[in-house]
Amino acid sequence: MKALCWHGKKDIRCDTVPDPKIEEPRDAIIRMTSCAICGSDLHLFGGFMPGMESGDIIGHEFMGEVVEVGRDNKKLKVGDRVVVPFTICCGECEQCRRGNWSVCERSNRNKDLADKMFGHSTAGMYGYTHLTGGYPGGQAEYVRVPFADVTPVKIPDGLTDEQVLFLGDIFPTGWQAAVQCDIQPDDTVAVWGAGPVGQFAMRSALLLGARQVVAIDNVRERLSMAKAGGAIPINFDDESVLDRLKELTGGKGPEKCIDAVGMEAHTTRSLDSMVDRAKQTVMLETDRPHVLREMIYVCRPAGTLSIPGVYGGLIDKVPFGALMNKGLTVRTGQTHVNRWTDDLLRRIQDGQIDPSFVITHTVGLEDGPGMYETFRDKKDGCIKVVLKP
Amino acid sequence: MTRTASPASCPAGALRSAAQGLGIFSLALGVAELLAPRALARMTGMPGRETLIRACGLREIVNGIGLLASVDPRPWLWSRVAGDALDLSTLALRPGARPAAAPIRNAAMWMTTAVGVVDMACALLPDRARNDAAGAAINYRDRSGMPRPPDQMRGAASDFEVPRDMRPPEALRAYTTP
Repeated sequence: MKALCWHGKKDIRCDTVPDPKIEEPRDAIIRMTSCAICGSDLHLFGGFMPGMESGDIIGHEFMGEVVEVGRDNKKLKVGDRVVVPFTICCGECEQCRRGNWSVCERSNRNKDLADKMFGHSTAGMYGYTHLTGGYPGGQAEYVRVPFADVTPVKIPDGLTDEQVLFLGDIFPTGWQAAVQCDIQPDDTVAVWGAGPVGQFAMRSALLLGARQVVAIDNVRERLSMAKAGGAIPINFDDESVLDRLKELTGGKGPEKCIDAVGMEAHTTRSLDSMVDRAKQTVMLETDRPHVLREMIYVCRPAGTLSIPGVYGGLIDKVPFGALMNKGLTVRTGQTHVNRWTDDLLRRIQDGQIDPSFVITHTVGLEDGPGMYETFRDKKDGCIKVVLKP
Repeated sequence: MTRTASPASCPAGALRSAAQGLGIFSLALGVAELLAPRALARMTGMPGRETLIRACGLREIVNGIGLLASVDPRPWLWSRVAGDALDLSTLALRPGARPAAAPIRNAAMWMTTAVGVVDMACALLPDRARNDAAGAAINYRDRSGMPRPPDQMRGAASDFEVPRDMRPPEALRAYTTP
């Protein structure tokens, strides 16, 4: 089969690789009909995440048709159309039973590595380094889904791939980012990053009743899409984020702040972001936490920071004193996708939201490698890329 | 490839590539000037001027960080041009120079001139990516993803109940509610 494989920093290739096989009795094999490039895939592309090996198949946003089922899988049958959440979950451990799907205790088959890195392992993931189990990813024609009687979401007839594909990651990720804020009707919710996750976080915050939603970015196309979703745009190249947020909140700051940027924050004219970039260049820092610093600073005391943005390693010079003294609540983590999929699928079916709004580019799988650079550099108005195997 | 948008393309500019290369060059030169000022003073025919060489090294490092880290590298490129002019005049005035070192110093002046020309050429490059982006930004104003205008969709998911583990414990909830 054809698959997009990582071969090094900024080196993604469409290779011919062996087809996946059933390995465990609860597995299923999915024939991909649509998959997507996620913003967190760019961290792999840029060589920021440790634990990749040449030849690894990448991709964790995918959906398709079940073509083979393991003997113990009673949930799926051949022909079912499913969206597969990006985390692999056993459904039986203490964390899965609590609904903390993204920290499943059993699905990371390289648990020892992850224990050393993070203290305790988190769930296995498709196509996202050997630290998360080294599972082949879904930017391919076929994929093996372990524990396939737990996470795949069956899709009813009448919905296109484009409407439901993002149930596997970015829509629940934006949704959880907003839910974690426990939004109240008089809240201002400020969202850093108007990429795909940020776009869903903004719309989720609006649907959940925020008084006003603010989008912070410097890419005009992304800010125009954010405005279409009801957000007030702030272009940090043109104006001070701090001053504008004060103006919008009577000088008090937003109650809820969402970091939909993560470890690769843009270098701005601020001194701290320039120093981050320089330190990262000489490997004195792995992540760039400019957005975190800014959120801590501007958030209203007793407010909440919600962090869906992916970080991988170590950050420096974070104003923890401000965070502590202002009594900020921090909620973060990879998404517990299956907590939200039933409800979000219903909202899509009811017409409350159509996630396909975020797609700007659709290409064949073989054109996928070139789209990584397009997506990273935001060329051609690119916000979200869908790949068709 | 199907684009659901139809914009002009915005390739990354030669300016940004040049800034990256000169940034690394500045950092490398600056570190060398800080760590080996005596050797560099000899090489440029200016023995005894190690403090000056170190100061130039600090300047190069600051320039290098600016070139690598800034969104707009142009001010830092012009800063390099100014630094080249300063270096050239320093070499020309030859403070503390020995007559026998003239060939070495002349070579250093030629090199500094060449680097200065490169720096100026890079500073004058158009920033095509930024110019293209400013002129051809796509407007996605019709992409709300919702069936009605945003103001009418506010609170449409008010039936959703936030899970207990994602809201403050009862004892920590605010006294007043909106």
